Amino acid sequence: MTDERRDWPLYEIFIRARSGLDHKHVGSLHATDARMAIEHARDLYTRRLEGVSIWAVRSSDIVASDPGDADALFEPARDKVYRHPTFYDIPDEVKTL
Amino acid sequence: MYTQGLDSLGKDCLRDPARDEGALERAFQARVDAEEKIEPKDWMPEAYRRTLIRQISQHAHSEIVGMLPEGNWITRAPTLLRKAILIAKVQDEGGHGAYLYSAAETLGVSRAELIDQLLEGKAKYSSIFNYPTPTWADVGAIGWLVDGAAIMNQIPLCRCSYGPYARAMVRICKEESFHQRQGYEIMLRLSRGTTAQREMAQAALDRWWWPSLMMFGPSDADSKHSAQSMRWKIKRFSNDELRQKFVDFTVPQADFLGLKVPDPMLRWDEVTQHYRFGAIDWSEFEQVLQGHGPCNRERLEARRHAHEEGRWVREAAVAWAAKQAARAGREEAA
Repeated sequence: MTDERRDWPLYEIFIRARSGLDHKHVGSLHATDARMAIEHARDLYTRRLEGVSIWAVRSSDIVASDPGDADALFEPARDKVYRHPTFYDIPDEVKTL
Repeated sequence: MYTQGLDSLGKDCLRDPARDEGALERAFQARVDAEEKIEPKDWMPEAYRRTLIRQISQHAHSEIVGMLPEGNWITRAPTLLRKAILIAKVQDEGGHGAYLYSAAETLGVSRAELIDQLLEGKAKYSSIFNYPTPTWADVGAIGWLVDGAAIMNQIPLCRCSYGPYARAMVRICKEESFHQRQGYEIMLRLSRGTTAQREMAQAALDRWWWPSLMMFGPSDADSKHSAQSMRWKIKRFSNDELRQKFVDFTVPQADFLGLKVPDPMLRWDEVTQHYRFGAIDWSEFEQVLQGHGPCNRERLEARRHAHEEGRWVREAAVAWAAKQAARAGREEAA
């Protein structure tokens, strides 16, 4: 159904809310080029001081995992509780550990 | 801003057993029941996908058309501050439309296709925008009542089962509160002003009260597809529940303004602890929805005009991008 000949390329927009934080995905928009993507992202996603930096990435350049592979990818981590610090019983007397 | 017509979704809401495999559908429903979010690449029943495309695009169209009644007042706002506020509000509505079109696109429909449907008059949008805004008080009444009704409708949509729609709604709801408060403040100023200003505020409330109640859609008894939408957790509360909540919230606000809600049947019911209100004229709602409201034609013409007038800008932007890309290609080669 997509009509890519008529729609401008889709960009995914990532915003850094404050210095020191990661860029976070906020949504997408259409633009003819990267510069327009940044300009439109500014108008669309930072009208209320939501960010100090914008990344725009062509949506078609993003490689995503398949939801159908979720079990194969993530299930093996489920039974590895020993990777978490709370797995280990340490007596209360022992401090700063 | 203004989702509505959730029950006019037509046969899309009905299940299509030929296309949906039982096991997949049961697993899907189990995820929805467990309050998991459905994401674009997840399996979903075709009817769920079509229902969402219809609802989200109607919602997006409503935001875009919703810019028009208030946009009329940008050049005539009474002060520079009111003008700046109104521009900011109208810009928000455009932004809301853009977030929602993006959410609809994740379901496999193109933006161009959705905009064509609007411009060709094939798509529905909220009936409320087919009413005129003859005075400045209408801008206040829209913010207070129409955005107020929209907030009531939209807060539950933040928990909608479809992730991209829910996330767009979170962003929209954050911005919507400013719209409602600036509207109420306009009404407050007018209602504390001269006699002429008070009358202007009252007349605007008279115009917008009933259409605002209609924004919640048909009564539960007549709403054919609510049950399926509820099962899919697209919808969380019934139209009548939300409408009642809106009336309960809004009547005391009107009292504070010293304005009279235009409903002779309106009264507080001690037993139920709710306001009882008069019957809604659904024939008016149907008329407006079918395209026979006071401004339907004008609104669509304004959108078509804007689309045509903007054509050369869009073409120039594409030509510019192509030229820049070609130039960059040559430099890389050299």
